[in-house]
Amino acid sequence: MQVNENKEFQPLIVAFCCNWCSYAGADLAGTNRLNYPDNIKIIRVPCSCRVNPMFILRAFQRGADGVILCGCHPGDCHYTSGNYFTRRRMTLLFSMLDFLGIERDRTRVEWVSAAEGAKFAATMNEFTEAVKKLGPNRRLEDLRCRKQ
Amino acid sequence: MQEAMINKAKQLLADGVVDRVIGWKRGEFAYDITPAVFTSAEELDESFVYDDFTAANVSKYLVKESRKDGKVLAFLKPCDTYSFNQLVKEHRVVRENVYIVGIPGGPKLDAEKIKAKGITGILSVKNENYTLKIETVYGEESMPFYEAVLDKCASCKSKKHVIYDELMGEEGDVLDSNRFDMVEKLENMTAQERYDFWREQLSKCIRCNACRNVCPACTCEKCVFDNPDSGIENKAPADSFEENMFHIIRAFHVAGRCTDCGECSRVCPQNIPLHLLNRKFIKDINAFYGEYQAGEDAVSRAPLNEYKQNDCEANIVHERGVE
Amino acid sequence: MLKISLDKLDKLFEAISATKTLYIPTDREDGAAEYRKYESGMKLSSALNTVRSAKDFFFPQTENLVDFKMDGKNIEVIDVREESEDFVIFGVRACDARSFTILDKVFLAEPVDSYYKNRRDHGTVVAMACTRPAETCFCGTFGIDAAAPEGDAACYSDGESLFIEAHNEKGQQFIDSIASLLKDGDTSKLEEVRAKTREILKKLPLAKLTTDNFGGDKLNEYFNSDKWGELSESCLGCGTCTFVCPTCQCYDIKDFNTGHGIKRFRCWDSCMYSDFTKMAHGNPRLTQLERFRQRFMHKLVYFPANNNGEFGCVGCGRCLAKCPISMNIVKVMKALEVK
Repeated sequence: MQVNENKEFQPLIVAFCCNWCSYAGADLAGTNRLNYPDNIKIIRVPCSCRVNPMFILRAFQRGADGVILCGCHPGDCHYTSGNYFTRRRMTLLFSMLDFLGIERDRTRVEWVSAAEGAKFAATMNEFTEAVKKLGPNRRLEDLRCRKQ
Repeated sequence: MQEAMINKAKQLLADGVVDRVIGWKRGEFAYDITPAVFTSAEELDESFVYDDFTAANVSKYLVKESRKDGKVLAFLKPCDTYSFNQLVKEHRVVRENVYIVGIPGGPKLDAEKIKAKGITGILSVKNENYTLKIETVYGEESMPFYEAVLDKCASCKSKKHVIYDELMGEEGDVLDSNRFDMVEKLENMTAQERYDFWREQLSKCIRCNACRNVCPACTCEKCVFDNPDSGIENKAPADSFEENMFHIIRAFHVAGRCTDCGECSRVCPQNIPLHLLNRKFIKDINAFYGEYQAGEDAVSRAPLNEYKQNDCEANIVHERGVE
Repeated sequence: MLKISLDKLDKLFEAISATKTLYIPTDREDGAAEYRKYESGMKLSSALNTVRSAKDFFFPQTENLVDFKMDGKNIEVIDVREESEDFVIFGVRACDARSFTILDKVFLAEPVDSYYKNRRDHGTVVAMACTRPAETCFCGTFGIDAAAPEGDAACYSDGESLFIEAHNEKGQQFIDSIASLLKDGDTSKLEEVRAKTREILKKLPLAKLTTDNFGGDKLNEYFNSDKWGELSESCLGCGTCTFVCPTCQCYDIKDFNTGHGIKRFRCWDSCMYSDFTKMAHGNPRLTQLERFRQRFMHKLVYFPANNNGEFGCVGCGRCLAKCPISMNIVKVMKALEVK
């Protein structure tokens, strides 16, 4: 979490992007000079299904206010079926976070292909706005990690 | 029943069908029963017990027992057979080394519930027509049987044995249980209410790991929470985050494999309703991917080990329901 | 002895909490009791034992020892200790009151544990005599009289009034601080109640359990006993017994990386865990049998050998009630005992 000079809350967002589609999509957004917020910290993973539920929780622990997971569109996975497993896992994990009363809009899965630079930028803009509305992550934060 | 079981075990030992028997051993009081392995008729006569307090699920012990030489006889209650079958599916037990005798299950009793009524100094507990007659050092007490039933038995899912070599007593049916009622009640609360509920519950956690260690689905040789190199290993709930993470991950690692045997909540020294986390996953799996009961058979793929191209998107969580 | 009417307990608690932080055992919604910071309206639990013992006040489950902050090549070491406030723990049972004597032997022996000592200096233990011991109680085995608890001060109830007496200077200061609420009382009825309690203690199922045959001189005999295999075979290796135990005192010290600094903390550890006392070469106790044996050998043999015969157990019965598989020190003593 950061607070800029106008004291406006700037969320910290972690985006896990798969190497083959979404990371290339982010790249394309860059080469096309499309704007997306600098609050997004991208972590490249070989496949969206590399993301263990613990990664998501750890991101929140270390100060993320929102976590988004991007992978290839269903059917387009470089490894054939990785993202199908991601979809099931994340559905259950997000549902559990919701069950524990953690704001459901802090987590999201989006499919972004290598050609969808514009979608990547739009998704990130939209997600950042949504998390901004929620304010800082308090329900799933580790107080020990909070910067004084 | 106890008598018949002892006789059955003695006979199987004498016939050489089995070499050992896993069951329950009498304790100091009416209720402190310990799972134990018996190897002789004398031991069985001396301390084998099967009564209203023998709730412990012995199927997890079979992971180790079935790898030893010889064959072991296991008396399994209906709920235990689901756990065992799941272990068979995951190749965690050596099926050929176990001789299973299916026995009628609960409802079993919870000594804590008797004590919660203020009844103390318990010397003996007798069930007379579903009234518990409790002899204590302070005199005779009584209470209705059903008020002392373990939570896991109060929402029993099935009286059916899904795997056995031999059956004692009559076979039961899968029940139309009320086990998702509390999950539903929580789902219908606001996020703030749910958050408050779970904070109150999980803040009681002393991180004793009893829930993990008793769980028949938790059979990893090395748990991620026991690995100092993992970066998440911690022995104490040093922060509310740790409490949340441990319990989310504990439940997640058995999602689609948890048979809902309820041992986690039974053993929790702080009475945290941990089974609700597991049931939430079961309920979601049923809703999203079709009805699935872990342990019901030994061949089907677990819901998180397969997929369908038209599965719902993860964002369904954001779209459904009200805040 | 000085006394206060039981229906004036609220006033007593208000008076104590006006000057010091007060902790009392109170009933939780799920029926179990736990120590909580006193707030107006809170009721004293009548339960015999809290789930977690009173050792938490002096030896908490987790405690921050020191912080490190890195700035380039410089490491700043920050002492995070805060001076503890004076506090009172009210309603400590005889078993828990004795547990502090055992913990003191560990933490106050040289080198003194200053974190523990700091809390010990600031805390006043007001014990409460038992009147309704449970079947799991065996404090008598360790020479504890549940009707006459230790502690800085002790309270006794005769059903109408609460009698208070001091055992040391700290206890006397406590009584002086609430003297205006107390008046002299006749203890004849109290003596009857205590006699009755002692009668019940004699009738408890574990009343005959003794430590006569345990202690340091039978180390090899017990260590090599062939009973350990049978006793430990169903042990789950969880830490319930250790964490609810008022006398278990093992801890681990770890560093937590916060991303912008290091917090060095200590937390309770359990000899039942696979990574207990893990060193560079690995773990000295590889099987659950060895871990299980360690716990009971420590309480029944090693501890008395090192502490003039004082055993590492107070017979509170928490492990008897809470062990998921009901294996406990009583069963171990009975199975192991060599006459």
